[in-house]
Amino acid sequence: MNSVILQIASKYVRWLLVIFSVIILIRGHNYPGGGFIGGLLAGLSLAYKGFAFTPELLKKEIKIKPEGYMGIGLILIFISIWPGVFLKTAIMQGVWFTIPFPFTEGFKFGTPFLFDIGVFFTVIGVTLLFLFSLSYEKIWK
Amino acid sequence: MLNLLIIYFLLAVGIFLLPKSIKLQKGVLIAVVHLAAFIWFASKIQFISAEKPIILFAHWIPELGLNIEFLLDGLSLAFALLVSGIGASVFLYAHSYMKSYDYTDKFFFFLFLFSGAMLGLVMSSNLIQLFIFWEFTTVLSFFLISFFHEKEVARKAAFQSLVITFFGGLGLLAGILLIGSVVDSYSLNDWIAGSEKIKESSLYLPGLLLILLGVFTKSAQFPFHFWLPEAMQAPAPVSAYLHSATMVKAGVFLLARLSPALGGTAEWTFIVPLFGVITMLIGSYFAITQTDLKIILAYTTINALGILVLLIGIDTRLSIKAAVLFLFIHAFYKASLFMVAGFIEKKTGTRDLNELGGLKKSFPITFGIALLALLSMAGLPPMLGFLGKELIYEAKVQSPGFGSLIFIFGVISNIFMFAVSMRLIFKVFLGKPKNSYNVSKIKNVMFVLGPGLLVLLSLIFGISPNFLGKWIIDPAMSVIYAEPVKAELKLWHGFNLVLFLSLATVAAGALLSYILIKKDWIEEKWRKINKIIFPVRFPEVFSYALEKFVAISVSKTKVMQHGYHRYYILTIILFTAALLWLQLYFTRGWHLETSITFQPFYISGLVLIIVLATLFTVLTRSRIAAIIAMGVTGYGLSLIFLYYSAVDLAITQILAETLMVVMFMLILQRLPVFARLSAKATKIRDLIVASIFGSAMTLVAIKAINVDFNNPISEYFMANSYDKAFGKNVVNVILVDFRALDTLGEVTVLVVAALGVSVLLNSKKPKT
Repeated sequence: MNSVILQIASKYVRWLLVIFSVIILIRGHNYPGGGFIGGLLAGLSLAYKGFAFTPELLKKEIKIKPEGYMGIGLILIFISIWPGVFLKTAIMQGVWFTIPFPFTEGFKFGTPFLFDIGVFFTVIGVTLLFLFSLSYEKIWK
Repeated sequence: MLNLLIIYFLLAVGIFLLPKSIKLQKGVLIAVVHLAAFIWFASKIQFISAEKPIILFAHWIPELGLNIEFLLDGLSLAFALLVSGIGASVFLYAHSYMKSYDYTDKFFFFLFLFSGAMLGLVMSSNLIQLFIFWEFTTVLSFFLISFFHEKEVARKAAFQSLVITFFGGLGLLAGILLIGSVVDSYSLNDWIAGSEKIKESSLYLPGLLLILLGVFTKSAQFPFHFWLPEAMQAPAPVSAYLHSATMVKAGVFLLARLSPALGGTAEWTFIVPLFGVITMLIGSYFAITQTDLKIILAYTTINALGILVLLIGIDTRLSIKAAVLFLFIHAFYKASLFMVAGFIEKKTGTRDLNELGGLKKSFPITFGIALLALLSMAGLPPMLGFLGKELIYEAKVQSPGFGSLIFIFGVISNIFMFAVSMRLIFKVFLGKPKNSYNVSKIKNVMFVLGPGLLVLLSLIFGISPNFLGKWIIDPAMSVIYAEPVKAELKLWHGFNLVLFLSLATVAAGALLSYILIKKDWIEEKWRKINKIIFPVRFPEVFSYALEKFVAISVSKTKVMQHGYHRYYILTIILFTAALLWLQLYFTRGWHLETSITFQPFYISGLVLIIVLATLFTVLTRSRIAAIIAMGVTGYGLSLIFLYYSAVDLAITQILAETLMVVMFMLILQRLPVFARLSAKATKIRDLIVASIFGSAMTLVAIKAINVDFNNPISEYFMANSYDKAFGKNVVNVILVDFRALDTLGEVTVLVVAALGVSVLLNSKKPKT
């Protein structure tokens, strides 16, 4: 594909979409959204450039490999599991605390949120890996 | 005790981390660790011989009756001393022996782990825990036998021993579960306390047989004895340690352990000695005509294992005493003989008896060690072996039941053993030196130190056996016999029936060995006759059976795993549909009239669009059009979700649908030109399958509306989402908090699937 509009747009829209996906992730706890949806969106938007230019370029430019995203995600999930064991009664039980912030009531942060962030990253990795493997080498040629 | 094991396992892993200069000395270092363990165990002797076992108890999974239970009593202590003591001498020896090989880190790692697992095994008093250590030793045995894995025979032997001992291990586990269900516990104490109940239960016999299956495979009893000679492909330290002194004794240990709980019944005193006698005879008989040094030793080990099983099976005070004593005797002489055999192989390059001879001059010290060890094996004074043989004779004479038969076979087997010992002395060390090999002159103290120590112990204990008797054998006996007993050990028993029997054995043995050594052709003839009398070679039968088994499995698997993707999908869909239809047929209970309600026209219109798009997808000739039509179906669905206020679901659907369209587009580039290739019959078949599945799904959806849950769980989630989990979005709270474990599973599956797809698509197409 060789569309100038798409190529120029991909430069800006891409990051807007990523920011949007992060917002979806954060608001997910109280309003529609969440790690899975956010991850899908983020994965698609990261891959946006690959459609506008070539998948090879995207592969070259991308900072973290899909496997890396999946690794980060799984590690975050793994970390989020343990506080429940030590601070509460059971494994994976949610632990919440409030981070004070001036002029507001403070942010609530908890292991379920960390878990959601883990899901976010994992889904980014999975989406990217699917797209990458499908768009690599043309086997039939 | 647990600390000791943990230290063992940590140190084993630590081998890999050592700096190179220290690594060179790792054999000696590990030997020192074993020596320390030995001293630790020895320091407990006095404590334990006063009938005060050391117990360690901790909960592990109490819901399943699984606890961490360690017990150090007389019996465990005897075995622990053997494992750590012989371990020390074997590691010293292995230090020199393994020097010329690569990958010794791996070797020492496995051997070190093994001795830890073995210690764990003998100190376990929870049967499940014991089983775990048991299987651990089996696996390590596999890795150690296959150390020379570039040789096919070694791989085969390792695999064979693994399959046989695992087979027995499964039996053991089933047996433990059966008997455990009778007393509702896997703790040894409960088994001994509930001994009467176990023996009266109808599960006793099957349980006993299954446990014996485990014991017999591990301890190489007939008809499973054949894996032991094959296992001689392992390096000599492994043969000395695992396959003579410790691992193969695990079965004997278990038998002794369970004797107070399961022993003493008619079944026990019949089955156990029966197999023991057969094994004893087979071992000694086949040892005579072999020519490979290590295989001869393997058969004599089988003989010794048979004797041990027999003695424990006879189950009298005298036989238990003889068994515990013989355990030590055998470990002393057999481990050192294996080490000597390895030394000879290393120095001369062969283990064939016909190529060896006159080694006395080249290796005088080794000759001395071997001579003492072989004397012990032949049961001659002043070695400990003499004591053992006398005691065994006494035990057999006094054994109840078919005692006289056991006794006669015992004498025959001892005659053979005597002949084997003499044959080894004369063929290997005496006689004319043969020049077909190069004797390297390099001496190494470590080679001699290990076996030398063991033989020396055998000699010292032979002359003054009371130390061994009072501090080690008495406590061990008391455990097996379940009441305090004293064993008097003397080298000189006075003139009695047993002594005359010994003399007769020696005379007959000497005659037999004289004939064998002087007349080579007799040996040849004997081997030929053996081949005619025993035409069936067990290892060959085993590999034949295994091959057939694999062939059958392959042919059966091919029916299911044909490799056609379309048929896999067909099978999955049909199977799922069949299950759904069955379940729907049996539980019916839907009400079509209440399920159909009228919706606003724009929803009905949407449904109509979805249906049309689906039809278009199926019928169109353009792939791109089909994909777009599928997208219409998906987005339409998400609109319906949105209408019923499932916002999260709608968003997910839209994104997933987008991703699907993108992926299909990517795949599209690779597909060949569109063509109608399917025959009419295929199309009709697909139509039928699709209809069956589609209708099943429709009915499930209709039924779901009519199922009346008393308390929908959603109410709980609604009520607690904000109070307990601090989230207003119930769907999200369910995903990341209430049902986080499910999500974790799903995410992991996603990752694995993605990796699988990536590997599949990026791998090169195989050349066909």
